[in-house]
Amino acid sequence: MKILVAVKRVIDPYAKIRVNADQTGIETHNVKLSMNPFDEIALEEALRLKEQGLASEIIVISIGPIQAQETLRQGLALGADRAILIQTDQDLEPLVIAQLLNRISLREAPQLIILGKQAIDNDANQTGQMLAALLNWPQATFASKVTIDQQRVTVEREIDGGLQTLAFDLPGIITTDLRLNTPRFAKLPNIMKAKSKPLEIIASETLGIDLTPRLTTLSIKPPPIRPKGILVHSVDELIDKLRFEAKVI
Amino acid sequence: MTREIMVYDVVIVGAGPAGLSAAIRLKQLAPTRSVCILDKGADIGAHILSGAVFETSALDKLIPDWQARGAPIRVNVTEDHWLFLSATNAWRVPSWLLPKPLHNAGNYIISLANLCRWLSEQATELGVDIYPGFAASEILYNDQNQVIGVATGDMGRAKNGTEKSNFTPGIALHASYTLLAEGCRGSLTESLITRFQLRKDACPQTYGLGIKEIWEIDPALHRPGKVMHTAGWPLDNQTYGGSFIYHLEQNQVAIGFVTGLDYQNPYLDPFCEMQRFKTHPAIKPLFLNAKRVSYGARALNEGGYQSIPTLVFPGGALIGCAAGFLNVPKIKGSHNAMKSAMLAAEAVNNALSLNANPRIPLHAYPAALKQSSVYQELHQVRNFRPWFSKLGLFWGTLVAGFELKLFQGRVPWTLKHPREDRARTLKAHQASVIHYPKADGVLSFDRASSVYLANIRHDENQPVHLHLRNPNLAIDVCYPDYAAPEQRYCPAGVYEIIHDLNKAPRLHINAANCVHCKTCDIKDPTDNIVWTVPEGGCGPNYPNM
Repeated sequence: MKILVAVKRVIDPYAKIRVNADQTGIETHNVKLSMNPFDEIALEEALRLKEQGLASEIIVISIGPIQAQETLRQGLALGADRAILIQTDQDLEPLVIAQLLNRISLREAPQLIILGKQAIDNDANQTGQMLAALLNWPQATFASKVTIDQQRVTVEREIDGGLQTLAFDLPGIITTDLRLNTPRFAKLPNIMKAKSKPLEIIASETLGIDLTPRLTTLSIKPPPIRPKGILVHSVDELIDKLRFEAKVI
Repeated sequence: MTREIMVYDVVIVGAGPAGLSAAIRLKQLAPTRSVCILDKGADIGAHILSGAVFETSALDKLIPDWQARGAPIRVNVTEDHWLFLSATNAWRVPSWLLPKPLHNAGNYIISLANLCRWLSEQATELGVDIYPGFAASEILYNDQNQVIGVATGDMGRAKNGTEKSNFTPGIALHASYTLLAEGCRGSLTESLITRFQLRKDACPQTYGLGIKEIWEIDPALHRPGKVMHTAGWPLDNQTYGGSFIYHLEQNQVAIGFVTGLDYQNPYLDPFCEMQRFKTHPAIKPLFLNAKRVSYGARALNEGGYQSIPTLVFPGGALIGCAAGFLNVPKIKGSHNAMKSAMLAAEAVNNALSLNANPRIPLHAYPAALKQSSVYQELHQVRNFRPWFSKLGLFWGTLVAGFELKLFQGRVPWTLKHPREDRARTLKAHQASVIHYPKADGVLSFDRASSVYLANIRHDENQPVHLHLRNPNLAIDVCYPDYAAPEQRYCPAGVYEIIHDLNKAPRLHINAANCVHCKTCDIKDPTDNIVWTVPEGGCGPNYPNM
């Protein structure tokens, strides 16, 4: 079984994000960029399936600027067999991403595609679902446990107040939730070896997809700064402030 | 224990200006040699913090076409101010009065982290293997007591020492020569200094703690290329230190405050000194309508010429600030760090080319360094810092300035650094409590909101990387005798004395706050704290510090 894993290069979850001066986007200058944490989990799940003998090849794919090669190399160091970069300097929308992934899926014919449920930069949570629709494949989103028996995939997903279990036959799509697994660390010798694994670069314009965005970002604003808290000295004072200053009681 | 082994000709610990320069020089001299650099930061530059006004002399030699290659060195120093501060006033020292090393014409204001990022690209292009996120945690020796390389730390070990599901054991990196470029007070460097008695013929090292913030200021007040240094207030006459304010690109200003760690009063709090410095009437107006975007701290070497340890040992050498080449009055060290690294690289290359017994000590390196500009400039200013310790701010500066201005350091005496910094700390009952003003949350801040801006990543569930040699000493000795100064000298709030109801006080270590400045390893009066590396990739993620 061939598994395709989509990984996105995003601002590191531990970096503080700042809105740029003209409020058109997030400041990425001098900011550390890493693999989207949900995608790390997706790749880890693929690696575990391969270790169980259920997968024969893992392909990591990313869509983004030329620097996204670093993210793909990290995927290769973690254990993926080869990588594909669809190169673009544009900020693409989920539907376009899904269409591009669809093109590559038709070419590579994987039996399983695993994606993070969302990217932590725009939180869109759309690509996996749209890709399933384009391929007309079954999908199990927000997976917290995956088991595969022959062609049958069983996926547990956390829903409000309990667990839901879904099953589908391959080929299909899984998007991952945080609790699915704990990703491994890349080992030094594997980082070394990853340098010689195949990484194909495809220009995004050559795939025959209209990349034009359908949405316009009007502005991006940081949340308002919360006023400083005060220390009250008595219950009466607290009630007084809540009633006459905050006007909530 | 058997570890997986990787073999290189040269392994370098630390991807700062020294480590990267050594790697680049080695590859320039012998492109086929295998060279690798390990760095504990998650990314290159993540743990680099410096002012920085940069002198390009070493870079001009290493990469002469740095400008064409797009080095992030763009802001020329345009204005250069030296001020003495009292609590309410500021006096500018006319530049004709300043000794030559204090002049900054021809220098640049840079982010050293960004310079390192660029240097790492140059090194990668030359074929150097650079591994950020991997901490060298142990020196490896053979049975002839030669250094044969380093081991990286284990990843995925739980706080109690057990292996977590993602446990990945560290590996051994073997090399003919191992270069230590950890920067000031490197943890492996210190273990080597002890093992090979490298400080036997040198003075103790003396240090400073630099605390730095980056601000975005009102464009109307921004003067790209403006450099300002101050001495005096808020420190007293006996405490060495001062500030820098550098106007970078894009309306950013770097502001830093350095406190000499040989300070005596255990109640002194370098973090609070930095915060109250900003409230000085000559400083405060610059930060009107400004926003703080970054925070960090790092210890620096101030010992200079007298404190340079023996630089070589069987199988390797100390380069850059692992040894300590900062020029104190000049407030610059990166050029010397790079220069020392290049000379060490040349010595390594010669030794490997001769193909004699590998790992023989690289005596050619210290010999070349003694003939170089590094020793020349450090020798010239060698008495500057000790004069201050002896005579205090006023007389110390006057005498040291005189010596430098009139004689260019050509005097027959060399003053010593008599003691380690920790040994100068007074007992609490001999000192008076210092009352610092409360942070206003606009111009001055508390530790918690500051550390937040250091972008620290640190998995809490890992063994604590700050070791106490004797766990009882903190409460039995340090707390009653010195009023637990670790609460104050730590700029990140790692050390906390907790008073539980009806219980004896206890020391709580918030290891996840650590910004890797190394001050606790230096200043603990009882020499009880040992700084070791946590899991690779932990610690601050400085953007353009």
